[in-house]
Amino acid sequence: MTWAPAFLTNPERFMAFSRWAAPMFGALAVAAGVLGLYLGWSAPPDYQQGATVRILFIHIASAWMSEFVYACLAVASLLALVWRQVLADAAAQAAAPLGAGFTVLALVTGSLWGRPMWGTYWVWDARLTSVLALLLIYLAYIALRASMDDETKGARAAAILALVGAVNLPIIHYSVTWWNTLHQGPSVFRSGGSALAPVFYWPAILVALAYMSGFGSLWLVRIRGEVWRRRADAAALRAARG
Amino acid sequence: MIHLETGKYGFFIWTAYGISAAMWVLMVAGALLHSQRWRRRAEALSRK
Repeated sequence: MTWAPAFLTNPERFMAFSRWAAPMFGALAVAAGVLGLYLGWSAPPDYQQGATVRILFIHIASAWMSEFVYACLAVASLLALVWRQVLADAAAQAAAPLGAGFTVLALVTGSLWGRPMWGTYWVWDARLTSVLALLLIYLAYIALRASMDDETKGARAAAILALVGAVNLPIIHYSVTWWNTLHQGPSVFRSGGSALAPVFYWPAILVALAYMSGFGSLWLVRIRGEVWRRRADAAALRAARG
Repeated sequence: MIHLETGKYGFFIWTAYGISAAMWVLMVAGALLHSQRWRRRAEALSRK
């Protein structure tokens, strides 16, 4: 993969890069999160939704991240499967628990927003069901990797699952367009401009930036952990061989 | 000025924020512990 930057393919360079990049992304996440939440809670309650509009900031961010992290996982899985990239495989493995966490948050915060607005915590509409399917795919990916003694085979099987599961991403995205759902249609990025008033739009963007930076930081930390784990396994193997 | 009053929706709003904060703590702690654990193990094995 000559087109890829060395820090994405060379473990030594990745470790040097991530040593300063992970805390930098973490600091950016805290700064953007504090500013976004301050602005969000400084805005007046929505004229229709009242104070429940405060859930918007954390719900949108976690919902976007649940899909974005899966896209990262799928791309990393493709690189690992086709180019046998060890770092890409570590990146895919490291992304899965974070993506599952964001998806749980998207479902829970959406449910807690839905109860006062829709009158129910849950409906089997296309958006909610496809996001639940995303969570199950994340869990299946984690379980598949953990269930096989041969790590290489487990990684390949999980990568194939991740690529097949990527079909769900456009289904989630367009579910509110293709089907008649209780969940509202696109409201932030849509043709004709955002449906959100600027007092809600900018805090939502800032909190989403905080979630993305936070993910970037934690992803790097988890990939570093995977690199250390593989080094430990290799060292243990060398020690066993004498 | 921050509007902290949530009225009759307080349960839903604060539960959503509480669960989100807890999940972030879990994800941060999980990532740091995972990395530290394997770093220590790799370093200990490489010294043998």
